[in-house]
This record gives sequence, C-alpha cells and structure tokens, in this order.
Amino acid sequence: MTDLKNIRNFSIVAHIDHGKSTLADRLIQMTGTVAERDMKAQLLDAMDIERERGITIKANTVRIDYPAKDGQHYVLNLIDTPGHVDFGYEVSRSMQAVEGSLLVVDATQGVEAQTLANVYQAIEADHEIVPVLNKIDLPAADVDRVAEQIEDVIGIDATDAVQISAKTGIGIPDVLEAIVTRLPAPEGDTEAPLKAMLVDSYYDAYLGVVVIIRVIDGKIRKGDRIRMMKTGGTYPIDRLGVFRPKMENIDELGPGEIGFITASIKQVRDTRVGDTITHERKPCAEPLPGFKPSQPVVFCGLFPVDSAEFENLRDAIEKLALNDASFSYEMETSAALGFGFRCGFLGLLHLEVIRDRLEREYDIDLITTAPSVIYHLHMKDGTTVELHNPADMPDLTYVDHIEEPRIKATILVPDEYLGDVLKLCQDRRGVQLDLTYAGNRAMVVYDLPLNEVVFDFYDRLKSVTKGYASFDYQMIGYQQDFLVKMQILVNDEPVDALSVMVHRDRAEARGRAMCEKLKELIPRHMFKIPIQAAIGGRVIARETLAAMRKDVTAKCYGGDATRKRKLLEKQKAGKKKMRQFGKVEIPQSAFINALKMDD
Amino acid sequence: MTEDWRNGGFGLYIHWPFCQAKCPYCDFNSHVAATIDQSRWQAAYLSEIRRLAALTPGRVLNSVFFGGGTPSLMDPDVVHAIMDEIRACWPTANDLETTLEANPSSVEAGRFRGYAQAGVNRVSMGFQALNNDDLRRLGRLHTVEEAFAAYDTARAHFDRVSFDLIYARQDQTPDAWRAELSTALSMGIDHLSAYQLTIEAGTAFGDRYDRGKLRGLPDDDTAADMYFITQELCERAGLPAYEVSNHAKHGAESKHNLIYWRYGDYGGIGPGAHGRLTLNGTRMATETPLFPTKWLEMVENSAFSDFKTIAIEPTEQAAEYLMMGLRKSTGISQNRFASIGGAPLKTNVINDLRDLDLIALDQDRLRATPKGIAVLNAVIRELLPDG
Repeated sequence: MTDLKNIRNFSIVAHIDHGKSTLADRLIQMTGTVAERDMKAQLLDAMDIERERGITIKANTVRIDYPAKDGQHYVLNLIDTPGHVDFGYEVSRSMQAVEGSLLVVDATQGVEAQTLANVYQAIEADHEIVPVLNKIDLPAADVDRVAEQIEDVIGIDATDAVQISAKTGIGIPDVLEAIVTRLPAPEGDTEAPLKAMLVDSYYDAYLGVVVIIRVIDGKIRKGDRIRMMKTGGTYPIDRLGVFRPKMENIDELGPGEIGFITASIKQVRDTRVGDTITHERKPCAEPLPGFKPSQPVVFCGLFPVDSAEFENLRDAIEKLALNDASFSYEMETSAALGFGFRCGFLGLLHLEVIRDRLEREYDIDLITTAPSVIYHLHMKDGTTVELHNPADMPDLTYVDHIEEPRIKATILVPDEYLGDVLKLCQDRRGVQLDLTYAGNRAMVVYDLPLNEVVFDFYDRLKSVTKGYASFDYQMIGYQQDFLVKMQILVNDEPVDALSVMVHRDRAEARGRAMCEKLKELIPRHMFKIPIQAAIGGRVIARETLAAMRKDVTAKCYGGDATRKRKLLEKQKAGKKKMRQFGKVEIPQSAFINALKMDD
Repeated sequence: MTEDWRNGGFGLYIHWPFCQAKCPYCDFNSHVAATIDQSRWQAAYLSEIRRLAALTPGRVLNSVFFGGGTPSLMDPDVVHAIMDEIRACWPTANDLETTLEANPSSVEAGRFRGYAQAGVNRVSMGFQALNNDDLRRLGRLHTVEEAFAAYDTARAHFDRVSFDLIYARQDQTPDAWRAELSTALSMGIDHLSAYQLTIEAGTAFGDRYDRGKLRGLPDDDTAADMYFITQELCERAGLPAYEVSNHAKHGAESKHNLIYWRYGDYGGIGPGAHGRLTLNGTRMATETPLFPTKWLEMVENSAFSDFKTIAIEPTEQAAEYLMMGLRKSTGISQNRFASIGGAPLKTNVINDLRDLDLIALDQDRLRATPKGIAVLNAVIRELLPDG
C-alpha cells in the first residue's frame, strides 16, 4: 500500500494524433517501467484497430514508479481514457478515477474539437489541468499562438505550459515533475469500508474478466469477497495487481491506488463501468454517484453476405459482446437480407469498430444496413414507443407525433472552409448555436438531428474541408419534427432493408438521390426495373433501370459445349448467392452505398 | 428406344491446328509451325478415322468439317486421302456436306480445285472485315481485294460458299457496320456468319484489354445496336438468322453446325478436338490432347492415355441440349429435353420468360424470341435447373 501523499493519478487529454500515446510511451520508458527491449510504439493500445486508427477504445492503466527531485518516491497512475465521444460515459468514469489531467496540444495544430470535448470532461471532474505543448521541435510549431488559443478557447492558464517533444524526449522530465508538483494527491480513508470504482473491464481468454478499479476508501486484498453494488454480483478475488503495463500481482491495494482484479467473472456484461465495488461482509454505506447503464444510440442491421455464414456471425457477435457490454444485439429477419442482427452502438465510431472487428477478426463479409437512431413515437393512445428500425414503423394513423434525438456538434475549421461547413450543417437541418473565431480557425456549434449525422456527415465534412475540420458531438435530447418513413420499391416491391426515416422536407431530394444511386448499383436484368421512393402509398421519386439488351455468346460450336455449359452453371450458382428480391437481384454493396449522398 | 443423338445426326470434325500467323482475337487451338510433315499428319488422321469408325460402325455420316487452325494450308492430297478413308469407313448420306475453312488469300485459292476434287462441297471463308486497315488490326494476312478474288474462285469450285465477318471492332460505328454488311450482302451470298468481337482471355487482345490498351471498343449498347442492325439487314436480304450469329437462305444452313445445335453425335479428330459420341447407349464427351506433336505421337504409338472419354450425366446432357438448341431460331423440343434429363423445364420459369417476351411456345417447341436470343445467356441461366 502506498502512502496517499505519494500517489498521483492522472489522465491525458488530447486530440487524435496530437501525441497522447507517444507521450505515454515516453513516460513509461523514461521511468524504466518497461525494459528497453520490450518497448514498442503505443504500448497501451492493445487492439490492432486502436493502433491503426490512433484511438483508444478501452481504458488502460499503467503504474509508474518515479523518484522525484524532492527525494521521495512517487507512484504515478496513468489512465489512458477512451478518446472519442462515442464512449463519453466511459470517459467520464475514467476521469472520475483520477485527480488531474495533462492537456496535450499539438503546437503545430492548436486546439481541436476533440480536445475541447475531453478537456470539458476533465474540468467537469474537477481536475487540476497541466497544459502540455507537444511537437515543439517541429518548424511549424507556434508555441505562443497555441498557448494563447488554450487560454482563449478553453479558458485555462497556459503560462506554465510544459513544452515538450514526445517524439525526441525533450521536456519529459519536466512533465514528470509537473505531475508530482502540480497535481493533487488523492484523498481517502484507509480504515473505512471498501469503496472502489469499476473503471473498465475486458475479457481475457486465460483470466476471464479483468476489472480495472480505483480504490476510494478502505483496502482490498486477494481472497476478499466483494460485491458489485449495482449488479449485485458477489465474487471472491482470485488475483489483485497493477499494470506496469504488464500485469503484476500485488497483495493489497489501498485508497488512491489503481489496479486490477480478477474474480472468476465470466462476462464483461456482469461488470458495469461506474459500478461501486465493496466488501460483501462489511459494505460501504453509499455507492459512488453518477452510475449510468450504457445506452446505445445508433442502430443498424448486420447481415452475412453469404446467408450460410449466419451461425458464424452469431458466434462472432456473441464473442465480441463478451468483451463489450455497451454493444447490444438481437436477431432480426429481413425480407431482403434474410437472418441477421439488429445491433445497437454507442455511436458511429463504435459501430465501425465493431463491424471492422467482425470482418477482420472473424473473417465474415457483412452487409450493413442504414444506421438509424432511436425515434420516440408518441402514439395516439398516449403510449410512447421507441423505434430502432424504420422497418418496424407502425401505421401512421396510430402515431400522434414523432421525436428525434438531436446533438450539439462542435466543429473547428480553418476559415476558408467555413462556408462549406455552414452549408453542410444547414442542409442537414442544423440550427446554428454559436460561431466564434480563434485565430484563423472558426469554431461553429450546431444543433443537429442525429439522424442527419449518423450516416455520412463525417465523411462529407472531411471531404468539403479536405480533412481540416475536426468534429465532436454530444446528445442534447429529443425534439418533435415532421418525420416520415421513406420506402424504396424495387420492381414494385418494398425493400425493407432500404427503408429510412427522413424529414418530410428532405424526402424528395433523398428519395431521388437513392433511386439514382440504386440505378447505378443494380445490374441490368432481362426486364426493365422501376426503382421508386415512396412515403406511405405515394411515390415521390422514380428511376427506371433499362433492361439488359444483349448477353449472348457469339460463337458456340461442338468444341465449346462443355466449357460454356460449365460457365453458365457456375454463373447460375453465383446468382444464388446474390440477394434475390422478388425477381430482382440486388448486390450487397447496394444496401449501404445507396444511402451515400453527394450533396 | 431410339438413341437421342439420332435427332441431331452424325458428323465428323477434323482439326488442323496450324496457322501462318496467330490472330490477336483468336482463342482456338492454333499454332504456327516452321515445317509440317503433312504425310505424317495424314497417316495419323487416317488412323484416328479407323479407330473412331470401329466405335461407330454402320452409322450414316451426315457431315465432315475441316476446321482449325487454317485447314486451307492442308495439301489437297491429304484432304483427298482423308475423304477416301471416311467414305470407306462409314456409309455417307446422299447429301453429305463437306466443309473446309479457308483463308481468302490467293495462295489458298490455288488449292480450291484440289479440295473440290477431294469431295469438299462447301467452304467457309474468314473474311472478318471489308477494309484493309481493320484487317491489319485483326492480324489478318489477306487484303480485301484478295478476299474478293478468292471468293470468286471459291464460287467457281464449290456448291456453297460462306464467309465470316467480325463486328463491334475497335472504332467501328453502327453506320460503318451497316455499310460494310450491306456490301457483303450485295455479293449474292447464301450464308453469312457475323460474330460480335469477343475479347477472350489468353489472347493478344485479351492481354491488351486487361492492360487498358485495347481502345475504341464500342460500348455494350452500341454493340447491341450493331447486333440488331445485323438481324435487320440480313433478314431483309433474305438471310434470316437461323442461329445467334449465322444467317442463311432457306436450305443453305450449315448442316454440320446444325448437328451441334441439334445435339447430335460428332466425332472429334485432331489435337484438342472435342466429340459427343453415344457409345453403348451412353453419351460420352471425348477430348484429345491439345498440343499438336503430343497428339501426333500418341496416335502414332497408339497410346491414348490422354484421350478423354467421359460419360455425361443426363442432367448435363439436358443442359447442353438446352444451351445449344436455344441458339437456333427453331429452339428445342420440350419433350426431348425432359426425356434426356429426366425432368421437364420448370413451368413457372417458362411463364415468366414468356411474359417478358423472351421465349415463345409452339406446342412442343420452345424457342427464344429475337429479343430473347439477344440475351440468351440470361435466358439459359434462368431455364437451367438449380444445381
């Protein structure tokens, strides 16, 4: 057990690519926590996807021993928090588990939208914040301007910002000293009943569920029987330890300390982020405040391209869900796509990460249907129904009004692209809340319907700003609007997987765009195919895919019989794998590409 | 019960695998050789004819076809010896058709008299195009002027003369094709094969196409236009299509090719030749080694290890009958399809295709409409039983 005054717990707040992981690596390396030969870039990002995308999905912790200039030995606990708003609640819990933050800003880039979102979380958690200017060795670094921006935009004092280059190691000792001297020590009562926060958890094939905890009060030892206060589960502790960043067993954790436990917990689902862990026999009186079960906000259907792969997809989804309690799924059948799953995600990034992992780690080709948000249907009989899937939309005569979720989006953009960004936001039914300048960058804040953002807003934003905009959002609640279900009919048959909820005023444009896209995406058939968008029974857009005019082998004589027959039989077998809808075969790619708009 | 092949007749295909040059669009089994020992080849062909005759004794032979390669490079004496052997081996039909594929060059025209004396009564000439620039692009060694002269010579020696044209060539417009085809039809021909240029894998054009270097090919819609122009002009000239790419005056159809499309029996002789032979009541697919010298040596040594004879499943036979038969304007017999494969065509599919005006029924006959023939591959894929 470490003396409270010699503990410092902190997180690092940064925008993607501003150097958070490199700084973490450098702190670990410079304190000798990891032997030189074991160093690899981005030690804390365990998953391939985390490393590739430069984002953190699960919280990681590392315990660093640091002999400070005052002659004392300190224990520094770094929690590497998830860096994306999709994981906002998880971020907030990680933030609650530490007392201070390093705010890392790239001195060549300045403050970005994500920096803001995360730093506000840190401020909300009452953190002491130490600004760190990174990449000062680069010619493009503008330390004074960026420091000023931190003060203007974020409103914290940047005069004592630590100037570093995480890449070359410049300034790292100053960061370590700043952590010890400028961040507060944790508080806690060794003698009180055990109270610890469940910061995050993950599934390990050998150990079962590994739970990351922060002890607030009391002591926890191997063999203790613990209780999860929200989920009610009780477990004997098998292992207790800390990350350096490899797991290292220890006998006891006391107040202010961060470490892990394993306790024969089978599913990540049994461990809820933010839950309070206490002793079964002598529990604490009150659980920690702020616990929220995670709520998916974006839904989509995942179907195997090859319907024979359904069982493999089920296995894969079940395995993934073991390690991700925030991801929900239930079986779904679609007339167009057969058996699949309706899945709920914390946000778009979460959706992409899960889909990538299914395709990559489990080698399953997937069809992803249009992402949808949760609509609140206020029925005429006074009840409220949550609509996760446009295909389930009830008859309008029973619906009084519909509410949709809205977000507050913060976008930072160089001013030459501001016009395009404003147009994009207006086109997506946005309401401008704020527009300010910080140097030559504009910060725009928009109130936007989430359903206009879930699909390709971020792609469009990147494309109109040539990648220079940064974007972040938070949910702000529900609002009534004139929403309708738009169906797509291919050859006069509705294709449920292509149904979308749209605002009535946007329906014609959306419908036209989808019909035009589908006309390109569906191959010609032996007959002409009408492609229509309709609201209720009314067609609002129509395209016609002309019939195939010629598909015949020019030469077929005696020597060709075997080969040509085999070719036709093979083509026939290939057709069976396509998704047949009525008499029309729709290629997999059409389901997602039909929704991409080039506005 | 009568064996099914009798509905289509019996023919003999003889493959001569050599060419003076390889055409860039051609994916046939053809080779360029510096010297060819024609007497050695003659002996091998005769030996194969005798072997085949022993398997099919007493059958009436309806047709012989010399294909290639370029069979007009064969010495007329070799053709003569082969024809003598054939007549000695099988009873031949009174109207035996003997076709030889010929290049329309002056050198080859010089051999026409000899071929006629050997018994060849029909030639099929590889014109391919009626302008010299395009002939060069297609890798052809003859000129238009030579082709016309060779055609006149052929008319003097053979009862029936046909020629081939290729359309949808690089930079060809529908109007240019219309003009070219009109010229061809004004020559008083009674048979014409008009093929859409098909880019085949493994050919020089195929390689160029894959590298994006084969420019100016008409797009699919333009090629379809050219196909329909072909139908229209040939029909008007009294040469309606009796098969996808073949047009003839009534009675001038190629008897030999009709054996394939009627799913009759045919023996395949020569390197890489395929056959369909009903032996002891079972329809077999036969295939010989592709490479000329290998085939030659194996025949000479009576070592037939690489000569394949494989029984064709009834459902596969039915699929072949369907695929070949629907190419003809007269289509197929539904009863015959059912009796070959053991199951009839599916009524719901037939009805769907009829609704789309892609096929038509006339009692037992089922045929593709002109619109249906243009998309025949799709029609066949629909009609094929699920595998």
